[in-house]
This record gives sequence, structure tokens and C-alpha cells, in this order.
Amino acid sequence: MELLIVLAIGVLFTVGVYLVLSKSLLRILLGTTLLTHGVHLLLLTMAGLKTGASPLLGEKADAYVDPLPQALILTSIVISFGVSAFFIVLAYRAYRSAGMDDVEGSKGERE
Amino acid sequence: MNNLLVLPLLIPAFTAVILIFLKDRINLQRIISAVSVFMNIAVAVVIVYQVSTNGIQTLYMGGWMPPYGIVFVADMFAALLVLTTSVVGAACLFYSFASIGEQRERFYFYTFFHFLLTGVFGSFLTGDLFNLFVCFEVLLVASYAMIVLGGTKVQLRETLKYILVNVISSSLFVAAIAYLYAATGTLNMAHLAMRVAEAGQGGVMNVIAVLLLLVFSLKAGLLLFFWLPDSYSAPPLAVRALFGALLTKVGLYAITRTFSLIFVHDPGLTHTLIGWMAGATMILGAVGALAYNDLSRIFNYNIVISVGFIAFGISTLTQDSLNGVVFYLMHDMIAKALLFFLGGLIIAASGTEQLRQMGGLIRRYPWTGWMFFILTLALVGVPPLSGFAGKVMMVRSGFGEQHAALALIALASSFVVLYSLIKVFQQVFWGGEKNEVEVHPLRYKAMMAPAAVLFTLVILMGVGAETVNGYVLQAGAVLADPAEYINAVMKE
Repeated sequence: MELLIVLAIGVLFTVGVYLVLSKSLLRILLGTTLLTHGVHLLLLTMAGLKTGASPLLGEKADAYVDPLPQALILTSIVISFGVSAFFIVLAYRAYRSAGMDDVEGSKGERE
Repeated sequence: MNNLLVLPLLIPAFTAVILIFLKDRINLQRIISAVSVFMNIAVAVVIVYQVSTNGIQTLYMGGWMPPYGIVFVADMFAALLVLTTSVVGAACLFYSFASIGEQRERFYFYTFFHFLLTGVFGSFLTGDLFNLFVCFEVLLVASYAMIVLGGTKVQLRETLKYILVNVISSSLFVAAIAYLYAATGTLNMAHLAMRVAEAGQGGVMNVIAVLLLLVFSLKAGLLLFFWLPDSYSAPPLAVRALFGALLTKVGLYAITRTFSLIFVHDPGLTHTLIGWMAGATMILGAVGALAYNDLSRIFNYNIVISVGFIAFGISTLTQDSLNGVVFYLMHDMIAKALLFFLGGLIIAASGTEQLRQMGGLIRRYPWTGWMFFILTLALVGVPPLSGFAGKVMMVRSGFGEQHAALALIALASSFVVLYSLIKVFQQVFWGGEKNEVEVHPLRYKAMMAPAAVLFTLVILMGVGAETVNGYVLQAGAVLADPAEYINAVMKE
């Protein structure tokens, strides 16, 4: 199971890096989103994907899955959510005020 | 247990929250901010005093014993950096009063300022790797907002790049944490250090160590500083001073902590790598500092050079060089903030950032001129001033540890710093006056006051190096012997 997920994470990273290296700002944004998806899945996978009950004591199971990485992922998700929102609004501002979408074209000129 | 350790976090965080409600009352915002930074300094002084008399202080959040809860640790290294940060932060705050402008103040500038301090203090004090990640994000998000606040075209462009670089490095940080958790099953730094020591550092551990080095190098601008010179040219000078003095140093602190506490068992790989990265950083920084004729680029490449210099101190990993790292970090935070303060005055007085269009400022601003000159000598490391002691310790142990090539690069980089800053001094202050922009005398005094305070500190730190060194030795001793840190955290 881990192997399968790791391969999927690899694909997410590959596509994410490819998109980040592209010219258009929107693609870069999508690329960073895929990268964060990748690392969150990685956190989940690296802690082990053994079967167990969900981490609720009411379940009264013999074994539970590891609760720590789930908390870490939850933290990381909201952080990247906040940063993505800021990034997207910033890209919108840049598009509105400077007509920037092509990253290559945005260098050079100084104020 | 020492509840005082949470105050460096709580004070700026609470201040920031209060300031959100006082959007249009700028004077009240200033007063509250000023009170808050002075409280920070007081708390930091008390923490340094407690650490110096009672040893390493810890705080177990929520009463959970490590490794189960988050622990805050103040060893002397962290305590000294917290103190330096609060002093530099206070100076930057007063400099912002004079220079940042009402428009920015109205749009939550001081809120972001205090959130940035929260993140920096948290990074220095935390004893948990994931908590370090969260504190990094706190300070980074505040820094995104501070870079872009004002919304000029240059700021928008540079912020896009700055955010992209940091989003990617944060993703890598989370990935590194995932690997480390899989390999060791813990995230508490002291516990990690024990686990890594038990498992032996090789194979997987080395890969993780290098990945962490990559992440922190992106934050600190060690070799991977491609984003720094442009990003740090965009915001107003008060913000640049804050960034130049604090942000890269947080990355350096993380490198120092990680590679003196957790990954110390295979220095042939990791520390050699840090050494070569440091050498390359100093050389490339020197090239940049010599190449440009514009004030902000020269200053920014000087930041890069000093990052390389400190990393060189980390790479040799002796007691002596680690002492040097602590000393030089403190000196560099103060001196870089002062450099940007004086740069702000120069830019305000000549109305341009291009060296070729400046000249003759010494007639109108003799104090600024001579302070800049003495600061240059301090940054180079001329004996009675603050840059000397740290450099001597690092270079001496570099030669002692057969890192002669690196030590020579480090010495040569000092000459580049001298040349580039004296060039600035000569072009800006000597010769005939070219541009005459009058700075309002009241504003000039308000900008000079925090600069004068930091200038006094640069002098005092150099003259009183013996006193400062007493504390620095204590910090270096813990860095050189991780067992002391581990015992203090894991004692119960």
C-alpha cells in the first residue's frame, strides 16, 4: 500500500515541479498546490498505513492509526490554505495593476 | 519549568491582536507598540539572567513531559538571540515611526511587525521541529505582508517571487519532517538527538540531514540566495532593516541548532558540505557586492557574505568556532540593522539609490557619515569594535581544524566588505554635492535616534567584549556538547 501511495506522491511532485517551472502565474499557483498535496500525503504515508481504528477512543479498538501525523497534516493544511489564498489574491493584484501573468515578461523594468 | 519563556511569544502576539482593533488611531498604535517592545527587552534580559545563573530553562507546554508535549527551551544561545532580537526589533520600530509613512501605518503595519517578532522569538525558543515549522510560517506570512504592503509594481513582482520560493522551501520542510518522523518516530529536538545517536547517522539520516540543510539554506540565503538581493530591495527601508537583521538569521539559527544538536555524528559529510556552501556563498556574495553601484544591492550582498561567514563558523564545529558563531550572529544582527538605518538616511537625503548620483553628504550630515565609517570598520572586524571577536574565534579555529582554504576565503571576504562599503562611503560622503534633498530636521532626528542607540551597542559590544564573552562561552559550551541540552529537556 505504501509503495502505491509513494508512487502517487512522486507523480504529484513531478507534475507540481513541472508546473512551477512554467511561464504562466496561474500554472505556478496550481503547481504549488499540487506540491502541498504531495507533502501532506507524504506525511500520512511516512507514518505508516497499517490498518487500525480511526483515532477516537469511543471506538474501543485494539489498535488505532497514528494520530500525530493527522494533527500535523491538519496544521499544515490550514497554513498552506492561508498562504495560497494570499498568493492568489496577490497574483490577481499583479494582474490588475501590472497586467502580469507571464512571469518571464515581468522582469527587467524598474520603477 | 519556567513560565517566563512563553512571554517573548505572548507579548508581541497579544500586541498584534490589540492593534488590529485600533486601525485608525495611529498614535495609540505607536504607544502600545513602544510599550510592548520595551516589555520584550525586559523579559529577554530576565531570561538571559536566569539562564546564566540557573542553567538551561525549559517550559513544558500544558504540563506534558517531553517528548509528548511541545517544549520551549532557552539555552544561552537562544536567550542571547532573543535579547538581540528584542533590541533590534525595538530600534526598527522607532525607525519605522520616523520613516514608514501614515498610509502604511493605517493598514496594519505594526500588527504585521509584531506577528513577525512572534515568529522569530518562537523559532528561537521552540524545542520541537514541527513547532519550528509553524513559527517559520508565522514569521514568513507576516513578512509576505510587510514586503507587499504599499503595493507598488516592484513590490508586487518581488513578493510573488519571494512567496513562491518560500512556499516551495516550506513544502520541502514538511517533507523532511515526514521522513524524519518515519525514521525516528519523534519530533522533539532533544529526543530526536537521542534517537539519531542510537540509530547511528548514516544512509537515510544523512539524506534527511541534507534535505533539512537545503530547506534552512533557502531561508538563510546560504548558497541558495538567488531570491534575496531582489526581494530585499523592494520594501521600504525600515522593513529591509528588519528583514536583513532578523530573517536570514533565523535560518542560520536553525542550521546551527540542527547541526550542533541532532546531526553531529557524521561531520565528514554534513559539515564539509556546509563548509563548501559557506565558501561559495562568500565568494558569490563578494562578486555581487563588488559588481553593483546601487546602494541596496551592495547592502544585500553584504548580508549574503556574512551569512556565508557564519556558516563557515558552523562548519568547523569546535567549541571555539561555535563561540564565534554566537558572538558574530549577535554583532551581525545589530550591525546590519544599523547599516540599513544609515542607508535609509542616505537615500532620503540624496533621493536616489544610485551611488553615481550621490556625493558630498558629509557637509550636511557629518554624524551620519562618521557613524557609517565606523560601522564599516566594525563590519570588517577592526579590533576595538564588535565584529572583531567573533571573526577571530571563527578564523582561528578554521586554521586549527585544517580548513585553511575556507579561513582564507573568509579573511578575503572581509576585505571585500571593507572595499565595497568604503566605496559607498567615499562616493556618498566625499566630493561635491550632487543632489540636494532636504530631510526635515525633526524626521532626521527621529531616524538618527535608533541608529545612535544601535551604534552605541556596536561600540559597547566591541569594547566590552570580555563581558559579552562570558555569556557567549556559556552558549558555545551547550552547542559544543549536546548532552547538556538533551539532559535539560529530557531530565524527568
